[in-house]
Amino acid sequence: MTGRALAGAALLVLAALTPSAACAEYGDVLLNRYSDQGGVRPVVFPHWFHRIRFRCKVCHDQLGFEMRAGANDVRMSDIIEGRFCGMCHNNDIAWGAERCDLCHSGRPGLKSGVYGGHQTTGPGRW
Amino acid sequence: MRRLVLVVFALLCAGAAAQAPRGAPLVERSWLPLARDGVHDPRSPAIGLLQEPGSALSALPADTAGNQVRWVEALRNGSINPRTSLRPEAQVRLLDSDIYMDRYGSVPVVRFPHREHTLWLDCGNCHERLFKSQTGANNISMLRILQGEQCGQCHGAVAFPLTECSRCHNTPRATLNRAPAARQGANVP
Repeated sequence: MTGRALAGAALLVLAALTPSAACAEYGDVLLNRYSDQGGVRPVVFPHWFHRIRFRCKVCHDQLGFEMRAGANDVRMSDIIEGRFCGMCHNNDIAWGAERCDLCHSGRPGLKSGVYGGHQTTGPGRW
Repeated sequence: MRRLVLVVFALLCAGAAAQAPRGAPLVERSWLPLARDGVHDPRSPAIGLLQEPGSALSALPADTAGNQVRWVEALRNGSINPRTSLRPEAQVRLLDSDIYMDRYGSVPVVRFPHREHTLWLDCGNCHERLFKSQTGANNISMLRILQGEQCGQCHGAVAFPLTECSRCHNTPRATLNRAPAARQGANVP
């Protein structure tokens, strides 16, 4: 029990702290629930860019984004109709949904999740 | 199990602390360009149009971890002023109160400052789903935090990472002789 627990604990901690191959900026989220199958690049959401301009509460309280990557089922139809990203990405506050490539700029085939690893690579579960 | 995780984690923290001593001059910061960061497609037409991290972050207060930016300090010194709401009628809540968390005897006590958290977040982001509002009612553990639960939902993902032990474990027990569990401040609208 003790040996197995120790090995598990060590793995858990190392997994949390080991940098991954992708060295994205800390807090970058890759969204690929639908992109690959839809034939477009996955979306890169950079937290650093957005938090310079908006506090967390704007998206995570007022816009309805759950604070767990993977918990938000965002479709392009939502955005075009003004929900989620579409609250700002509407050609008023930020570029609109027709500028596909600006958001869909990720490497094809990458898995969804929190990337970005200056020292840690994101939470153990997302 | 929990104790073993904490021991391993403490050893790693000690290693990280040895590499980056507190108070030492910061090494020069650098950020990978988007074309080489591993998540952007270098052939994407967005490269060259999207802002590069270094162009924005290099102007902000320096840190050694995460985005290499002291985000709360950036708010405090006015180098950024991010919007608090999209709609003028949205209620923006700020709470100025500290919670001291003293569950175990081996490491300095955690001071949780509501003020810095509510500068960014709304009360509802944590309460009541992540944390009950009653002081002491939350069974907070480093094991859960390392797994991305509790504080680890943000710290380790977007807020400063879990290598920065002493930023949360920041209050020597000796300084807290008769301090109340919570120092209540005013609700600032």
